[in-house]
Amino acid sequence: MDTRLVELRSGVRDTLPLLLGIVPFALVAGVAGVEAGLTPLQTLGMSVVVFAGASQLAALDLLGSDAALGVVVLTAVVINLRMMMYSASIAPHFRALPARVRAGCAYLLTDQAYAVTVARYRRADEERGADEEHGADENDVGAVDGGPDDADDGGLRQPYYYLGVGGTLWIVWQVGTVVGIVFGAGVPDAWRLDFAVPLVFLALLVPVLSDRPSVAAGLVAAAVAVFAAGLPFNAGLIAGALVGVVAGVGAERLGLAAGGSA
Amino acid sequence: MTTTYGPVAIWGVILAAGLATYAIRLSFIHLFGRVEGVPPALERLLAYVPPAVLAALVAPDFVPESATLVALADPTLVGGAVAVVAAWYTEDVLWTVGAGMAGLHLARFLL
Repeated sequence: MDTRLVELRSGVRDTLPLLLGIVPFALVAGVAGVEAGLTPLQTLGMSVVVFAGASQLAALDLLGSDAALGVVVLTAVVINLRMMMYSASIAPHFRALPARVRAGCAYLLTDQAYAVTVARYRRADEERGADEEHGADENDVGAVDGGPDDADDGGLRQPYYYLGVGGTLWIVWQVGTVVGIVFGAGVPDAWRLDFAVPLVFLALLVPVLSDRPSVAAGLVAAAVAVFAAGLPFNAGLIAGALVGVVAGVGAERLGLAAGGSA
Repeated sequence: MTTTYGPVAIWGVILAAGLATYAIRLSFIHLFGRVEGVPPALERLLAYVPPAVLAALVAPDFVPESATLVALADPTLVGGAVAVVAAWYTEDVLWTVGAGMAGLHLARFLL
């Protein structure tokens, strides 16, 4: 079978378990839009144009209480600042793609698409070995001109796996928003389907705590995020993530990696 | 809780938030396309983004109300703890979410 199709399918398949956490989130986005007084088209428009759940919910909440328009936009944007870190983290894998393809890939970048795809790339890199990747750096420039049919070697990526992940999430997000708009709050709150969202993040977090510096990064980030949870604009999340990354690098410098478990 | 803003204001917010969010998403993906390689120091830094961001995302959802044993019997914490164990052994999202949900509702029923 065509390897592109295999990659695409593989991305779709790896995303299916995440939908359990996405569907209720998308439903809530649809319900919240109608409750805030937006028309169905405006609510769906927000899901298509913004395509970022937490910021959509925050913006809808603020619109519903007639907050200043600047505050609504700023809050949504600050909540999405974390995506800059995803962009930086995933960028090396996309650097060989044409600009137009990269522009399309950027639109699909979300928490889940990032986490699933980077986990896959990490596995692939570990299997390939670090030395080989450095050796392939010389060939990267030529591969840019070679077009999308070049074999995946060194650090070069084809976008099909990512598009399978991001495309699935996009479709489910839009359909979920429409269902949320139409049926409103049909699912009883007592089911606590909203709890699926942090559980999905836990499921993604535990496997990446693979060595001591990573554990340090996670623990410090968690502590800072908790203590700064009261800050406006979700600044606690950003502060926690930044300090956590610094802690991880610091732990690595101190040599904790040498004694770290696999 | 319904907005009094008109369609122009609402579409303006949607477009402004959407464009800014897209610019954030594109930022480094665009920039790195013009750079031959990623500086090794930055690459090491980025390795710690996933554990740090994910931990910062979930941690505030699992904070006990107080530092007592009673507070630890909170269904949310029980569900989260069960999910962590499931994630550790299965490394599978569906099993983790299923176990966490089961833990939450069992704790709500029993506690």
